[in-house]
Amino acid sequence: MNRSIGRWQGAGRARRTAVAAATLSLALVAAACGGPGGGGSGDGGGDVPGVTDDTIKIGTTQPLTGPAAPGYARISKAMEAYFDHVNAEGGIHGRKIELIVEDDGYNPTITAEKTRKLVLQDKVFALAGALGTPTHTAVLDFIRQNKVPDLMVSSGSLSWNQPEKYPYTFGWQTDYIREGKILATYAQKEFEGKTFCSFGQGDDLGADGVKGVETVLGGDALKAKETYSVSNTNVAPQIGKLQAAGCDVVFGFMIPGFTALALGTSAQLGYKPQWVISSVGADPASLAGYLKENAEALTQGVIGALYLPVIEENNSWIKLFTEINEKYSDGAALDYTSLHGYAMAYAIAQALAAAGEDPTRESLIEAMEDGAVSRGPSPTPYAYAADDHSGMTGSYVTQIDKLKVKVLTPPMVTDDGDGPVEEHTEPEEEAPANGVPE
Amino acid sequence: MSVLRNSTLLRHLLVTASFALVLFLAVYLVDDFSVNQVSTLAVYLCVCFGLTVLIGGNGQISLGHAALMAVGAYTMAKFLPSYADEFGQVSVGVVLAGLLLAIVVTTAVGAVIGLAAARLRGPYLAGATLALGVAVPGVTTYFHDTFNGEQGLPVASPVVPESMASAGWSIDRLVALIAVGCAVVVLFLVANLKRSGFGRHLAAVRDHEIAAQLCGLSVPREQVKAFALSAATAGLGGGVLGLVLQGANPHSFGLVLSLTVLGAVVIGGLGSLRGALWGSLIVVLLSRVLSELEVNDNAPAAAYGLLLMIVMLAAPGGIQGLVARLGGHLPRRSPQPQGGN
Repeated sequence: MNRSIGRWQGAGRARRTAVAAATLSLALVAAACGGPGGGGSGDGGGDVPGVTDDTIKIGTTQPLTGPAAPGYARISKAMEAYFDHVNAEGGIHGRKIELIVEDDGYNPTITAEKTRKLVLQDKVFALAGALGTPTHTAVLDFIRQNKVPDLMVSSGSLSWNQPEKYPYTFGWQTDYIREGKILATYAQKEFEGKTFCSFGQGDDLGADGVKGVETVLGGDALKAKETYSVSNTNVAPQIGKLQAAGCDVVFGFMIPGFTALALGTSAQLGYKPQWVISSVGADPASLAGYLKENAEALTQGVIGALYLPVIEENNSWIKLFTEINEKYSDGAALDYTSLHGYAMAYAIAQALAAAGEDPTRESLIEAMEDGAVSRGPSPTPYAYAADDHSGMTGSYVTQIDKLKVKVLTPPMVTDDGDGPVEEHTEPEEEAPANGVPE
Repeated sequence: MSVLRNSTLLRHLLVTASFALVLFLAVYLVDDFSVNQVSTLAVYLCVCFGLTVLIGGNGQISLGHAALMAVGAYTMAKFLPSYADEFGQVSVGVVLAGLLLAIVVTTAVGAVIGLAAARLRGPYLAGATLALGVAVPGVTTYFHDTFNGEQGLPVASPVVPESMASAGWSIDRLVALIAVGCAVVVLFLVANLKRSGFGRHLAAVRDHEIAAQLCGLSVPREQVKAFALSAATAGLGGGVLGLVLQGANPHSFGLVLSLTVLGAVVIGGLGSLRGALWGSLIVVLLSRVLSELEVNDNAPAAAYGLLLMIVMLAAPGGIQGLVARLGGHLPRRSPQPQGGN
């Protein structure tokens, strides 16, 4: 009558056999994985991990499946396309770039596993362009312990700029504090006397963005500050509160899916604030993917930020990346998400080129800290220095008009402290003829 | 032999010792990358040993065990920093103290949830525990100042003792050693608890609540005890997972983790500790093997779901049921549904 007791009594030997079998299989796994344990890391000797006479192996973790995939899967495709182009042009110092893309599904547990695979099993030379704040935060300590260069993290969190604590990690895109400051400066001028509020993601994206806004507007300038959690797609309570507080201007620090939800939900509630949104959530092509036929009406007039060149302006970089995109990415149209991937891949190629004819991990870090990565396609310069590991220093303020990006201001630059927001006036760099950095 | 047959404790010690030996060998022998998977395996073992007692041994269900694991991980994240050195690392002793604290806190949380769970049956219990699992990100976002929202908190990693460091032990390998140690202790304690009066009380409540009451057992009390026990092992597993990930964040303790540990227990065979071992092995190895084959990024999830269906259809007793049947050592029994009535 009692299964549990019967099973335990009746199966003395069977149990032991089963345990033996289980342990044996474990032992086999252990043996198959091989290698003497505790052999120490392979830093010694002249060999540089991931670098051979004709290849450099780099790795990245990206959300290719899961909730963040629809917006971001195009980034690594663009990176692959760009490195295909570089390799067709002869590579960097004669070495072909081999990019290993690992899917982490935007889950930090999997990021931790995949990053270890890239570093310990694939033995990549460097990590480059790893995407996501919560995901990449989970591997910062591992990266420090293993002394792997960790370039161009694809997120605007300030966590990547801690040179003393994490000397191998570098940010890339404009951080959320800088964007918050730039957007707030614009709004302060244009919407004087209105009620300001914020709506942000419950991590660095939201927190740093609001911090930037408050640096400019003052600590109590935001009448209501609402946050959302990525795992809960019902934002009606928060939008309702913004409406009840009478907010005229809402600063949004959101990923594209939640910008779409916020726009849709406020339309349902008959609430029409002026949205002022950081770059990650303001790409019209991504928003159109979520909002479908209502996209144009809902996004019209939304103010955003942009740390990439404007696609419509058709400068030398846009021409270059459009060509590469057509050739290596099945003729897909260039949008801002893939442009992010191209611009980032170009910066990575610049760093690898600057690491020298015989690159080592040390020479790569040195090149980064020497400021060897120049602006390239970015509208604003990079801040890279020995004591500053943040990337781009500013962005355009833009407005969405008929699902196109319209520039409202010249590129604005600032710091991540309480420095002023200024126009950046240097003319842009020209793209190299073959599209590969020197 | 007769001593072995008569003394449960001795027998469990022997089995646990061989289990420990293999796991410790695994920690020592595998390469730097695989050692992380040994840690993950140990985490699953800790959680599944407790969960299988709750579901198979007591007839309750939990679809939100990841939330309890999160309690363990966040306890570690909150406790360790005050003892950290300038590199943000802590000594092994502090880590062990943190794990003990994680068990205590999670047991308390589990007991409170158990009080609610004891009043619920079937789909209502499933729904309530599911809500618990889904609530984690909301709670961490709402108490943003305490839990740092979606981003989560870092969990300090242990300092590798001088003697081990000179022998080439990395932090990951030390964490694996701690993880494996935890799994071994949990196996030994849970195996003994299952065979004790405690375990039989749980089983009595599972099989027939009224009959158990007639024997003088308090049904709710036994159910709360079962929930607290499974919470304790989940808290320990969560604490260890925090060490492995060097952080605690809501994404890592989402619904997928809850369903994965549940799936591991079901695939392995409900109520059986050996089943929990099989299930955990499959969860960890399946993704490793499939990702090495590089079939498709979604292949592990698909294979896992397929396996769950096959097991349900072909071997409702799980892998352990199948092994036992193939071994032919068990008397045939009429199939009856697991879990309470």
